[in-house]
Amino acid sequence: MNRRSQGPYWYDHERKPDGKIVNKKRGLNRGVAMVGAGMSSFGMFSDRDSKDLLLEAFQEMLSSVDRGIDPNDMDALYLGNFTNDFFVNQSHWGAIVADALGLVPKPATRVEGACASSALAFREAVFAIAAGFYDVVLVGGFEDMSKKSTGEVAQGLALAASPYELAAGFTFPGVFGAIATAYFQRYGANREHLMNVTIKSHQNAALNPKAQFQSTIKDMMASKIKRAKAQAGPVPNWSDEKEFLSDPKANPVIAWPMHLFDCSPISDGAACILLVGEEIARSFTDDPLYVVGLGQASGRALHAAPELTSFEATRSAAQEAYAMSGLTPDDIQFAEVHDCFSIAEIMHIEDLGFFEPGEGYRAVADGLTKLDGPKPINTSGGLKCKGHPVGATGAAQLIEVWKQLRNQAGERQVPHSELRIGAAHNLGGTGGTCTFTILERR
Amino acid sequence: MALQPISDHSYEKFLNEEELMGSKCNSCDALFVPPRARCVDCHSTELAWVAMKGTGKLAAFTCIAIGPPSMIEQGYDRNNPYCCGVIDLAEGPRVVARIEGVDTLLPESIKIGMPLKAKYLHRQSDASMATTLAFTPID
Repeated sequence: MNRRSQGPYWYDHERKPDGKIVNKKRGLNRGVAMVGAGMSSFGMFSDRDSKDLLLEAFQEMLSSVDRGIDPNDMDALYLGNFTNDFFVNQSHWGAIVADALGLVPKPATRVEGACASSALAFREAVFAIAAGFYDVVLVGGFEDMSKKSTGEVAQGLALAASPYELAAGFTFPGVFGAIATAYFQRYGANREHLMNVTIKSHQNAALNPKAQFQSTIKDMMASKIKRAKAQAGPVPNWSDEKEFLSDPKANPVIAWPMHLFDCSPISDGAACILLVGEEIARSFTDDPLYVVGLGQASGRALHAAPELTSFEATRSAAQEAYAMSGLTPDDIQFAEVHDCFSIAEIMHIEDLGFFEPGEGYRAVADGLTKLDGPKPINTSGGLKCKGHPVGATGAAQLIEVWKQLRNQAGERQVPHSELRIGAAHNLGGTGGTCTFTILERR
Repeated sequence: MALQPISDHSYEKFLNEEELMGSKCNSCDALFVPPRARCVDCHSTELAWVAMKGTGKLAAFTCIAIGPPSMIEQGYDRNNPYCCGVIDLAEGPRVVARIEGVDTLLPESIKIGMPLKAKYLHRQSDASMATTLAFTPID
């Protein structure tokens, strides 16, 4: 049953045996549409801070609104940021950003959910509009990670892990490394299958002018060979991408079996999205996107999770978003998923229902998730190659969905004549917070 | 023992005394390691301490070459990685812990399913994390 056809107001209350009434279903009392989107370049910028990057994203977002938007007409800001408190020793970023964007005295609320922070900010904005309190809301996301040393960044990211994992000495790559060994053991996959994810991510990012790594693995091999020749050193003779990725000099271990090319980078970046009430959307653009599915769920630490090869919070969030939208995994034509590590992408495409458990790695190997495959995944290059400024990631994923659905993705446009439904999956911590958001073009 | 409040603080004190302790729900028999003071299965608050044998099997692992500053200080690096793992305890629950006595430069030699026993790493220098739970292969 397609619930969207029931109109904007619907409830599905359930009476429990003790007489209490609970709402078991999910829905918006007022439709919400996305009418603008912009992001900064992602990368490591020694001379630019969060405000600079947000200004860039904000400006691009303003120009993306087809009929224009007066910033004074924005009612409020919801901003996702994981931990600028730690990364740049500055807290209270809601008001700081409102001031930087010239939006004082609009209310600004900072939302934190580790790497899922700006997907949560997006949800809060949707709720505020659906409740009828606001009409036009700015969603932002940002993180400024590169000003600290690599060790300090690792320490900062580890703030989102469980205390038990930290006590044992786990790092984030370590948690995903352990998950990978469990996945390999259970389903018979190996490192080569992870390489397929990396190779694809680089192919897509090479076509994304905002990406941190705009080159294919082949490009990188060629430039390393050229440099070796120029320096008259030993010239590597990798026969293909997998041989390059198997070379410990080119691709060293971070937390076995996670190697450098399995891990998303340290990044700075910002992203902005403009959301409005559905009934006014067409005064901003003829081509709004509608928020049709929203899911968010919490999960447990590694030792307490029901399975090592699946994130329970992803499954719950997806279930919620599918139920709300009346859509199924087959209806999702393409998706951005939270590939903080290569193994994570394989798990998510299974947890989201795109492929059966244990089939994700085969699907990637068979090219099903490539840009021109039946289920394109991470057309932006994903976190691995587009970059992963953690607080900006959730919003940036939705911006990729926006670009693809509106046929504005340039060289990396999904070659499908009628794109209508796209989705983004965002994950925080080691699966503690997961979201799944489905957008529709009508 | 039974008088200790069920908390992470008590759990760490037990580790310091080389005891791996969990909690068991009096209502539904659910078993938790590290212990929980509230049952997350049935929401009962009646739980009691239970001692674990300290044996189990390796369920997942990683050999970490790039560690946090605290591990680098202890001499771990690319040439001397350390191993962390997930262990299925004989009693059922899962724990995360350091894995000692394995060849971290040859991770292929570390086998999921290998039997392990608990070992307690005491560090005098750091009062806040005095004892780290570890496991080591049973010969």
